[in-house]
Amino acid sequence: MLKINNLTMGYEGIRILDNISFEVEKNKITTLIGPNGCGKSTILKALSRAKKPESGEILLESEDIYKVNEKTIAKIMSILPQSPKVPDDFSARDLVGYGRYPYMNWMGRLTKKDYDIIDWAIKETKIESLQHRQVSTMSGGERQRAWIAMALAQQPQLLLLDEPTTYLDICHQFEVLELVERLNKEMDITVVMVLHDLNQAARYSDKIIVVKDEKIYKEGKPEEIINKKLLEEVFDIRVKIFKDEDNDCPYFLPIKNKERNIYKNKRPFEKCS
Amino acid sequence: MIFAFAAVAAFLISSSIGALKISLTDVLRAIFIEKEGLNRSIIWKIRVPRTLVAGAVGICLSLSGGILQGVMRNPLASPNIIGVSSGAGLAATITLVLFPSYDYLLTPAAFVGAFATTIIIYFLSWKDGIKPLRMVLSGIAISSFIGAIINTILIFFPDRVQNTLGFTVGSLAARTWIHFKLLWPYALVGFILTMIMSRKLNILMLGDEIAGSLGLNIERTRMILIICASLLAASAVSVVGMLGFVGLIVPHITRIIIGSDYRYLFPASALLGASIMMICDTIARTIVEPIELPVGIIMAAVGAPFFLYLLRGGFKKHVKNK
Repeated sequence: MLKINNLTMGYEGIRILDNISFEVEKNKITTLIGPNGCGKSTILKALSRAKKPESGEILLESEDIYKVNEKTIAKIMSILPQSPKVPDDFSARDLVGYGRYPYMNWMGRLTKKDYDIIDWAIKETKIESLQHRQVSTMSGGERQRAWIAMALAQQPQLLLLDEPTTYLDICHQFEVLELVERLNKEMDITVVMVLHDLNQAARYSDKIIVVKDEKIYKEGKPEEIINKKLLEEVFDIRVKIFKDEDNDCPYFLPIKNKERNIYKNKRPFEKCS
Repeated sequence: MIFAFAAVAAFLISSSIGALKISLTDVLRAIFIEKEGLNRSIIWKIRVPRTLVAGAVGICLSLSGGILQGVMRNPLASPNIIGVSSGAGLAATITLVLFPSYDYLLTPAAFVGAFATTIIIYFLSWKDGIKPLRMVLSGIAISSFIGAIINTILIFFPDRVQNTLGFTVGSLAARTWIHFKLLWPYALVGFILTMIMSRKLNILMLGDEIAGSLGLNIERTRMILIICASLLAASAVSVVGMLGFVGLIVPHITRIIIGSDYRYLFPASALLGASIMMICDTIARTIVEPIELPVGIIMAAVGAPFFLYLLRGGFKKHVKNK
């Protein structure tokens, strides 16, 4: 579906990503994890064309995303940044309507089909009762669902989410992740997301990619990633690993580490998150 | 609708009031029926063109301000900020000093100056694409730099630049059909272009990442909008001078009434801008008769307190009502 080849990126001369390559499989959930400042959000910025890579290429269905028409890509791939902005008086329905932008002609009129898709996206994300509320007055969980509805209105085959659970309480975190899982299972939408919570990543992902020190440290299934050695080397935590029988995935609990040096991984530039 | 009505009313009032008061019915007769006579010549030769110039300038500056506030995502952005006004001012000052007898050079020179300044600021703030904040800051820096040059010129040639007062505050004195003919094509083209771009500006308001995800070419959209805004402002400035405040406050007032959907905000603020300009010019002509004040003074005197009122209370009240 998506292929990243030899991607190198940086900010003002500081290298963030050094020659990384990976592939995103169709109809799977792929999750990027890594410590703060590792460059996982930068990868999503490159994918959304918000920041141009210094070198390397990003192929969407074997076409370079920087060479194809923007609207063509927008019909295949939708991206939700971490804390998207919206003018105060836009309603959720207005917002979802903007998801139809890539399908519009220059006149910008919405057709019957567009309205049907807007209604469908609103229904799938269960924001029917909120659709006329202003997005700025919604709670974090509701707002995140409204944004996902907008992304759905794009009818994407690929959905990119940058920390979709940030600032949400635990109930809404799972609500959003379960929605994402449902989009993946029922609508065959390929998902790439950045998550901070490793246990959530282990539970909802088909594949996890670990980014550290400008490189891809390791990639694989959750059970190949969530192990003592990797978590200690990448996140500097000592853990106890358990098996979640209900969801068939590994999970861990951190244990106290007296020797941890909090300055060891500190990096002087922009945070990843 | 209300805005359109206000604009027509403002047009008639402005035509009716002046050194010689002419009743509204006479104004209508003078415009549509009479072909000669005193009223006809006052109304048709002096007041109508001047009012139309005021209206067109109001439209240009309001649209320009609205675009810039959107593109820069900064509520303080206005034509003055991106250096259009100061660039036009510099070019005009130089023209007045070097060719004091060629009045007609003033307008094109101001236009060129305004446009050149915008281009310079655009390229100064270019680094990996345009970042709105960087552009606002370069604009402020360039504006003060140019301001310094203008003031230096004024000190060295105090005798040649009497006309510049009108230019630096903005004045509509003695503006006639010639000026209107110069202005309206730009106003019309600018308005149409702005309306076409309004949906794209809405999407730009959702942030670069979302806009990119929705398939908007961000850099190109931003560049077209900025060029559009500077063309609009430059054409207004070249005719009436460095008129402040209209471009800043009109979009804000409209946003409070209409909301921030640019598809409705642009036409509404064009009409409101035109109305406010016509009313302010009427006040400027009549408040201390027979002396005529530059409209820029009235604009600032009325605009600044009103803007402060909006900042203090008006915004909050509005939010509660919604």
